[in-house]
Amino acid sequence: MATTALTPAATAYRSGLYDWVTTTDHKKIGILYVINSFLFFLIGGLFALGVRSQLVVPDNKLISPELYNQLFTMHASIMIFLFIIPMLAGFGNYIVPLMIGAPDMAFPRINALSFWMLPLAGIIMLSGFLTPGGAAAEGWTSYSPLAQRAYSGMGTDLWIVAVALIGTSSILGSVNFLVTIFKMRAPGMTMFRMPIMVWTVLVTSVLVLMATPVLTSGLIMLFIDRNYGGHFFDPATGGNAILWQNIFWFYSHPAVYIMILPAMGMISEILPVFSRKPLFGYKAFVFATAGIGALGFSVWAHHMFTTGAVYLPFFSFMTFLIAVPTGVKMFNWIATLYRGQLTFSTPLLFALGFLSMFLIGGIDGAFSAAVPVDFALHDTYWVVAHLHYVLFGGSVFGVMAGTYYWFPKMSGRKLNETLGKIQFVLMFIGFNMTFFPMHLLGLDGMPRRIAVYASTAGWSQLNLVATIGSIIIATSMLPFLWNVFITLRNGEPAGDDPWEGNTLEWATTSPPPPYNFDHLPPIRSERPVFDVRHGRVADHGSQA
Amino acid sequence: MTSGTAIVVSHDDPHALEHGNRGISNPILGMILFICSEVMFFAGLFAAYFNVRANAPVWPPSVAEVGPIAEKFNLHAEPWFAATLTVVLVISSFTCQFGVWAIRRDDRKGLVRAIGVTLVLGIAFLIGQAYDYSQLGFGLGDGTFGTTFYTLTGFHGAHVLAGTIMLSVVLYRAMSGQFSARHHDAVEATSIYWHFVDVVWVALFSLLYVLPTH
Repeated sequence: MATTALTPAATAYRSGLYDWVTTTDHKKIGILYVINSFLFFLIGGLFALGVRSQLVVPDNKLISPELYNQLFTMHASIMIFLFIIPMLAGFGNYIVPLMIGAPDMAFPRINALSFWMLPLAGIIMLSGFLTPGGAAAEGWTSYSPLAQRAYSGMGTDLWIVAVALIGTSSILGSVNFLVTIFKMRAPGMTMFRMPIMVWTVLVTSVLVLMATPVLTSGLIMLFIDRNYGGHFFDPATGGNAILWQNIFWFYSHPAVYIMILPAMGMISEILPVFSRKPLFGYKAFVFATAGIGALGFSVWAHHMFTTGAVYLPFFSFMTFLIAVPTGVKMFNWIATLYRGQLTFSTPLLFALGFLSMFLIGGIDGAFSAAVPVDFALHDTYWVVAHLHYVLFGGSVFGVMAGTYYWFPKMSGRKLNETLGKIQFVLMFIGFNMTFFPMHLLGLDGMPRRIAVYASTAGWSQLNLVATIGSIIIATSMLPFLWNVFITLRNGEPAGDDPWEGNTLEWATTSPPPPYNFDHLPPIRSERPVFDVRHGRVADHGSQA
Repeated sequence: MTSGTAIVVSHDDPHALEHGNRGISNPILGMILFICSEVMFFAGLFAAYFNVRANAPVWPPSVAEVGPIAEKFNLHAEPWFAATLTVVLVISSFTCQFGVWAIRRDDRKGLVRAIGVTLVLGIAFLIGQAYDYSQLGFGLGDGTFGTTFYTLTGFHGAHVLAGTIMLSVVLYRAMSGQFSARHHDAVEATSIYWHFVDVVWVALFSLLYVLPTH
């Protein structure tokens, strides 16, 4: 008895609030992730503006040192845990099932659970500002003894709970991604025909699965120390403060790859489309990604060179070694562009921004891998410059490239190119004005995380430049928000495949229907849509 | 919920069943991956234990170091109660597996019996652990020894509790006839989890009660 009555195609993207809150559709959940992450990006950005306005002139009394510590701690925590990681997970949620020709994620309800933990965790973390002692203020690294009861209040407990909750969300999400990628691929979609974006999400998910639980265990130990009289990280009673650093960085170094690999995946989808060439060295790229994932577990102690408690030659060598697969990727991207027919649309501009800025950030990293150099630069503004060149110049530029690239698929409308280019120019200039001077400040010896510096220190001009740059970055958000607003109201209809893409998400409508595909083209390579467009395979079921 | 009537799968569409029919099923793969993350969670706790223990001049800490409470740190002297709990949990792993083998043969009664026994053994372990805690005489705040002991065994106990909840759900569903030789992913997934909890306890018992002190 075939009694299945197919529900009529719903108008999925104009449905009511209830529908969004209860949805298990990976596309809606992906969009929820992206919107939620973007809101936290704006909040974290405001905190950064607070930090920069305190540092704009020497001996500034604008913000109290206590509030300053809370601002930089919450800036980093929000940007890392509530913006970059969930933003990339959101793009993965939206794109991965489409790219592998699947109707949804493997566990749609767990997927919804993973998402809804995030706004809850964000509220818990931010509610620290309402407690008597204020929000967590010991830096996102939360080192003991600063993070112990004697030096930090309830805001830190809320921070611990929030980060543990976000970790749980990530772990459930990674299980979901892995099962989806292993089990839900369409017929013909072999592992080595998967788009690079899917590969990067796969490796990222393995990193989340293996690293995040270790952070959770550390957070629990810290919570026990603070609230139940435990002695894990208290040297006075036989504990070990370095133990926290080891546990923390065992998670947080793989986490930097969690924060960059999916952005690399996005770039690797965008560069071939806008240079009209296949990605150079597909398999090399896959193995480089896996190599970064594997080596990523053996370099954590390069954050701890100056503790004197780690074996320097090993961690220094492994850190230099991990530059090799990263260099392979850089070579692949440049070789993809070489002699391509470049179309300088906004996604490509942001992708090129990623390439150039991530290159600088990566070279900074190779400097810091050298132990003697690291001893001089540790905890200076050099490190702040390095991490922002990787995480802002890399991840954020990648996320913006992905936003311009997939916005037509998500909404059915193309973002305005002029506004997009204005945003890119402002962001690129503002970013370099803010963070390049920090290299010089670090070489001049300015320590990170200080609220006040003397006018005689010689750091005044560069700090002023950096603050002006940060205002330009903030300004660059205005054309973007306006662009999204006018495009959603009255943007140019995109059609199914506005960029002449290669991968399966462009083979369905924009936005795709629930369960994604009425019909899949034959999959004979990693570019199935390209193959159909150029008659390399016969697509008998096609309507066109 | 279906009270006697079998559930009718009303899909003639071959695509409805296409995904997941090759090899390992999605829920079981999901559970195995989740257990990978659980292994890393306990690896973090175990690493902390090894770190603290290796840094201590003597282990367990001496009276000179932490005061008279150290006389209570004598797990090695009386391991017999914990050893009994270990036996209980290991037997429960076997009974759980008997349940899996039963439902693979479509033996629903055998499944209910085996899962019922497993659940009783799991609850017995939890009660035993609570009793053991009440008899130990030292607490979570008593030096690194107390902190690590209660954190490790406590989080293991929490996992046993989670396992008994999963077993209860499986038992309820088994009693209402929801499992068959073809459809019993929840039984398989729960049993994998239960074996994992068992293995963690064996490792913990060896570490806390058997590994020589220094």
